[in-house]
Amino acid sequence: MGITKTIFSGFGGQGVLMMGYVLATSGMHEDKHVTFLPSYGAEVRGGTANCTVTVSDEPIASPVASFSDFAVLMNTPSLIRFETRIKTEGIVFLNGDLVELRPKRRDIQVVAIPANSIAERLGNVRGANMVMIGALVQKTGLVSLKSVIKSVKSVFETKGSKVQKMNTLAIKEGAAFVNGVSGS
Amino acid sequence: MTKQLMRGSHAIAEAATRAGCRFFAGYPITPQNELPEYMSKRFAELEDATFIQAESELAAINMVMGASMAGLRAMTSSSSPGISLKQEGISYMAGMELPAVVVNIMRGGPGLGNIAPTQQDYFQATRGGGHGGYRTIVLAPYSGQELVTLTMKAFDLADAYRMSVILLGDGLIGQMMEPVTFPDPIDPATLPEKDWVLDGARGRNSRFIASLRLDPVQMEQFNWKLARKYAAICERETEHESYLLDDAIVAVVAFGTAARIAKGAVNQVRKVGLKAGLFRPITLWPFPGKELRALTHTIKNLLVFEMNFGQMVEDVKISVGEQATVHFHGRPGGIISTPHDIAAAITKLIYRNEL
Repeated sequence: MGITKTIFSGFGGQGVLMMGYVLATSGMHEDKHVTFLPSYGAEVRGGTANCTVTVSDEPIASPVASFSDFAVLMNTPSLIRFETRIKTEGIVFLNGDLVELRPKRRDIQVVAIPANSIAERLGNVRGANMVMIGALVQKTGLVSLKSVIKSVKSVFETKGSKVQKMNTLAIKEGAAFVNGVSGS
Repeated sequence: MTKQLMRGSHAIAEAATRAGCRFFAGYPITPQNELPEYMSKRFAELEDATFIQAESELAAINMVMGASMAGLRAMTSSSSPGISLKQEGISYMAGMELPAVVVNIMRGGPGLGNIAPTQQDYFQATRGGGHGGYRTIVLAPYSGQELVTLTMKAFDLADAYRMSVILLGDGLIGQMMEPVTFPDPIDPATLPEKDWVLDGARGRNSRFIASLRLDPVQMEQFNWKLARKYAAICERETEHESYLLDDAIVAVVAFGTAARIAKGAVNQVRKVGLKAGLFRPITLWPFPGKELRALTHTIKNLLVFEMNFGQMVEDVKISVGEQATVHFHGRPGGIISTPHDIAAAITKLIYRNEL
């Protein structure tokens, strides 16, 4: 699928960097070329966080994305900031529970996922980011769901099996939600 | 060993530990704080290693000087303004022929500047940096994996030539995560013995290490000794990468992060049939000038790309003389050009000059 760039953005604490890390780790498990670039400006201290993950079949020249193929946006300010930086025919994944606006552009696809509601229903309030990752991967095929679940096991190894299981479930629910949407 | 997804500054720190580095002193500055952070944790696992967060950059480099004198593989890291502060110590170490590895994760300048990635310290790194006309070997990694190999190589070079080696990266390569693998760790006890260290004179004659040489004759002799050493390094230690240069009519010359972006640009223009390649210096000092000059038998146009407003371009011009036309594209201040920007610069160069 060539070189694919995904931007993740949201408030600090929403697990934005973790989403990027899990995706990059999954790509690595599939022997793809990957880079993970966190934003490290003074903005980190102000409360928002974002990162860019590149997954590619060929070596990656620049880890920076002027325009991204996909964006996973966890709050309203992220949508305002990144709406203009998505490629035509790109896909935006919104946390529908928290993002109050919708993109004005008509040349991109929008998938709104009630990630907080789903995570809450699973008794895993902090798992909204994993719901989003499940949705992203299911919709785009960037990496396989299997690789993501494998990554979650290694990334959360020190957190114990309960956390791993809860996050695996959240990923599967995110994927299932997207399946439901595309089926309707 | 298996691949791990690792941040650039962590990869440097882990590689240094595996190279047998057992002393680290540093003082915090963005964008390289993750390096000492990792070092502090990693060294806590080792019984024979010392990590110190010093009270200043000056203190840190002087601590490295002491550890080096005592025979340890020693390292410090900082970012541009902090490296300026360390220059006095680096010069003194040159005056005492002490090995050390100094990591500079460059940011925007001059002055306090910003924390964005640049290559604005090329002059400082390749011209010695401090007073007295000494040299430092300068290595320019362009990927996570090269951070590992060049960090380990830096310690070998430092010991072999008894001098400071600068690992010159930037904020982007320091912050970015990429898959890396590590070789097995080296046990410091297995490293070649140093017959000059100050480790207690019991059972042998005492040794003396100082950079003070009041007698001009003695000072001149020492300078000529350095000159011979530097000439030998220029002869033996240059390293570079050639990429798609065999049939190229334009060679992009770039190092570090810029070279990575340039490689993407070369791939882009190749897709539309434009014959461009990349010459990537891996050692910035010694500069691979001879190898670059050899290219000009077939390639008459070079496009230097740097994340500054023109520093390495001077070394390129010195190397090729009148044998080729040297063009330049640069963005200082922390602007990161895209492969597309460089592809556009290559395309324009070829069409404009009917190459």
